[in-house]
Amino acid sequence: MNFKKSLREGLLTNNPVLSQLLGMCSTMAITTTLFNGLGMGLSVTLILICSNVVISLLRKIIPGKIRIAAYIVIIAGFVTMVDLLLKAYLPALSDSLGVFIPLIVVNCIILGRAEAFASRNSVMASAVDGLTQGIGYTAALVVMCIVRELLGSGTFGKGVFGADGIRLIDAQYPALMVILPVGGFLTLGCLIAGSQWLNARMKEKEEKK
Amino acid sequence: MSLFLSLFSISLSAILAENFILVKFLGICPFMGVSKKTDTAIGMGVAVTFVMGIASAATWAVDHYLLTPLSLGYMQTVVFILVIAALVQFVEMFLQKVVPSLYQALGIYLPLITTNCAVLGVALLNIQNGYSFIESVVYGIMGGVGFTLAIVLFSSVRERLEDCDCPECFKGFPIALIAAGLLALSFMGFSGFKVF
Repeated sequence: MNFKKSLREGLLTNNPVLSQLLGMCSTMAITTTLFNGLGMGLSVTLILICSNVVISLLRKIIPGKIRIAAYIVIIAGFVTMVDLLLKAYLPALSDSLGVFIPLIVVNCIILGRAEAFASRNSVMASAVDGLTQGIGYTAALVVMCIVRELLGSGTFGKGVFGADGIRLIDAQYPALMVILPVGGFLTLGCLIAGSQWLNARMKEKEEKK
Repeated sequence: MSLFLSLFSISLSAILAENFILVKFLGICPFMGVSKKTDTAIGMGVAVTFVMGIASAATWAVDHYLLTPLSLGYMQTVVFILVIAALVQFVEMFLQKVVPSLYQALGIYLPLITTNCAVLGVALLNIQNGYSFIESVVYGIMGGVGFTLAIVLFSSVRERLEDCDCPECFKGFPIALIAAGLLALSFMGFSGFKVF
C-alpha cells in the first residue's frame, strides 16, 4: 500500500478528469464558483470512498453477470444519502448544483473505479484509491472554478468567503462568457492541454535519467 | 391550441435554446466519445432519442403512479436509474428479436446509454419542471433530437480536426473541446428564444 504513489496518480499521472477524461459533464457544468466546485468535489469524494469500500467488501458475493447493476444500485444509494444531507444542511449548495447531485449516479468516475479497482482489491486499498481519485477530481474542479470565477465574474471564493467573495477585478471588466457554457469547454480544453504538456515533459525528464 | 403552443415551445427550447449537450452539459461522454465519424454519431443520436422518449414516459408514470402516492419521493434517483437500466436492456432484447437490422445498427450504442446523463437528466428535469405526461414525452424526444443535432454537427467538424496543425499538447482531446466550445458559442445565439 503506497499512499504517496496513489496520490500522485490521482492528482497527476492518472487524474480522473485530466487523464482518464471521465466525468466531464459535472466538471464543465458546475464550475462557475469555488463554492460549487468544492461542494461537488467533496460530495463525489465521499461517495467514491463509500462505494469503493462497500463494493470491495461485497466483491466476492456479487455474481459477475449482474455486477454492473449491483454497483449502480450501491452508488445510487450513497448518492441519495448525500443528496438528502445536502438538502437538509446546505440548501444553498443543493440549489446551485441542482440536477447534477442526483446525476453523480451516472458519473463515470465512480462506476469506473468500482469496475477497475474496487472489484479486485482489498477494502483498505479501495478506500485509499477512492480518497486519492476523489482528491484528484476535486483538484481539477477547484482549478477550473478559480480560473472561471476570476475571469468570468472577477471574484474569488464567492459563497466561501462571504456572500460576494473577494473582488479582484472591477465588476465592469470580467468576461461573462467564461462562466457561460462556452467557457466551460474552453477552460477544460486548455487545462487538459496543460496537463498533457506537463505529463509529456515529466516523461522526457525520466527518460533522460 | 394552447397545448400545441406549449409543446412547440418545449420542442424549440429543447432543441436549440437549451440544447442538452451544448447548453445544459448533459451527455458529454458519448458526445466526445462517439463523434469521430458522422455515421456512428447518427447511430448514437437515434438510439439516444429513442431511449430518452421511452424513458421520459416510463419514469413519469413511475413517479406519478408509484412514488408520489406512496410518498417515496426520496427514492427517485435509485428507482429512475433502475427503470432506465431495465428499459435499455428490454429495448435491446426487443430490437434483437423484432428488428434485427436496427439492432445491428444500434447494438453497440445501447448498453452505453444506461450511463448517459442525458437520459437520467431528462427524467429528473421532467419531474422538476412539473411537466404533464405528453409534455414529458415531447421534451424527452426533442431533447434527443437536440442531442443528435449537436453530435452530428460536431462529428463533421471533428473529421476535419484529425489532421489540423495545432500545438502538440492540444492534439486529440483538448482541441476537440475547444471546437465544441465554439459550437456552444454559436448555440448561445438561440438563448432567450421563446415562442410566447
